[in-house]
Amino acid sequence: MEALTRIAHASIRVAAETTGEAYTAAEAKANAAAQMAGLAYGLAAIGPSIGIGMIFGKAIEAMARQPESAGMVRTTMFLGAAFTEALALIGFVAFILLKFA
Amino acid sequence: MLLTQIANQKFAQITAALVPSAEEAGRGFHFPEINSILRWKDVVPGINKVIIIGILAALIGTVLFLVAAMKDGSKAPKGARNLAEVIVEFIEKNIIMETMGKSGMGWTPFLLCVFVFVYICNVPGIIPFIQMPATARMGVPMFMALLVWVVFNATGMKHQGAFGYIKGVLFPPGVPKALYILVTPIELISTLVVRPFSLAVRLFANMLAGHLLLVIFALLSEALIQAETQKFFLVPVGILPFILLMFLTGFEILVAFLQAYIFTVLAAVYIGGATHPEH
Repeated sequence: MEALTRIAHASIRVAAETTGEAYTAAEAKANAAAQMAGLAYGLAAIGPSIGIGMIFGKAIEAMARQPESAGMVRTTMFLGAAFTEALALIGFVAFILLKFA
Repeated sequence: MLLTQIANQKFAQITAALVPSAEEAGRGFHFPEINSILRWKDVVPGINKVIIIGILAALIGTVLFLVAAMKDGSKAPKGARNLAEVIVEFIEKNIIMETMGKSGMGWTPFLLCVFVFVYICNVPGIIPFIQMPATARMGVPMFMALLVWVVFNATGMKHQGAFGYIKGVLFPPGVPKALYILVTPIELISTLVVRPFSLAVRLFANMLAGHLLLVIFALLSEALIQAETQKFFLVPVGILPFILLMFLTGFEILVAFLQAYIFTVLAAVYIGGATHPEH
């Protein structure tokens, strides 16, 4: 993590030097936050994506085995997907907060 | 100490190759400020586009069901009544029967209101020239989630008594007594804090993400098709984000419905859980 932060800082410093603009501490913080925001959202999406894939896969298996219980399985599937998705969406909100707030 | 200096120099060398030069950095595609996408000017002081959409959503839903109620119910349903009956049947069959069972039928009006309002607030995200879901601002989802929170807690207190409901939430039956040290704080936070928070954030973040996605691809295809340099390469490439934009618009129709459905199902599950405690 520290190495990533250092890459971010180094790239910003180089960018500031090549464009000839002044490189203030506030700008550095904002730029680092913006770059880390993308990373944070990417990390937040890993777990929920696997989870949602498993939920829908298992639901399709269950529906194929017992088509008469498809309605109940579908409702439960959307419930589970909604709870799993919440984590990814909180990651997205964290991204928005880091990038824009 | 020397090693870190060498490492820093290496980092600077590597990243210098990745950074665009000064004349390159000024050109190209710039994403607008988020405030220019989400904050609308006031039409009348205190009333902007999002509020107008919210008021219209409430009015359209009310008028639809009033018109449907005034039609003759003895003949085969047509027009507004047909639509209203389809929505009511969907709520009763696919939401209440699946989550609360037959005893929850009394909740049809409340859940119908929630579903219709949230859906009509979501849909303007893909209607041309309006293109702003009212639920992409935190106010509407937060109010709806707080409403559901008040309703399911009040229902629990009405059906089980205030003391019984709080006892059922904090000390769920069937757990070994020693585990209550662990279970009680988790249950307290998950029922009273996480439930309304996740309900509001789920709706808000889904609609905001969809809105930003549409904005990004619309701006990208516009910037590529109107490119000033390397036209014969960039203009054909600009068609690709436009095709994706059309697919995403179709996907947003699905998301608008799905989020309204999930919001209503979760409200039904919370109310059902508060009415009938676990044994």
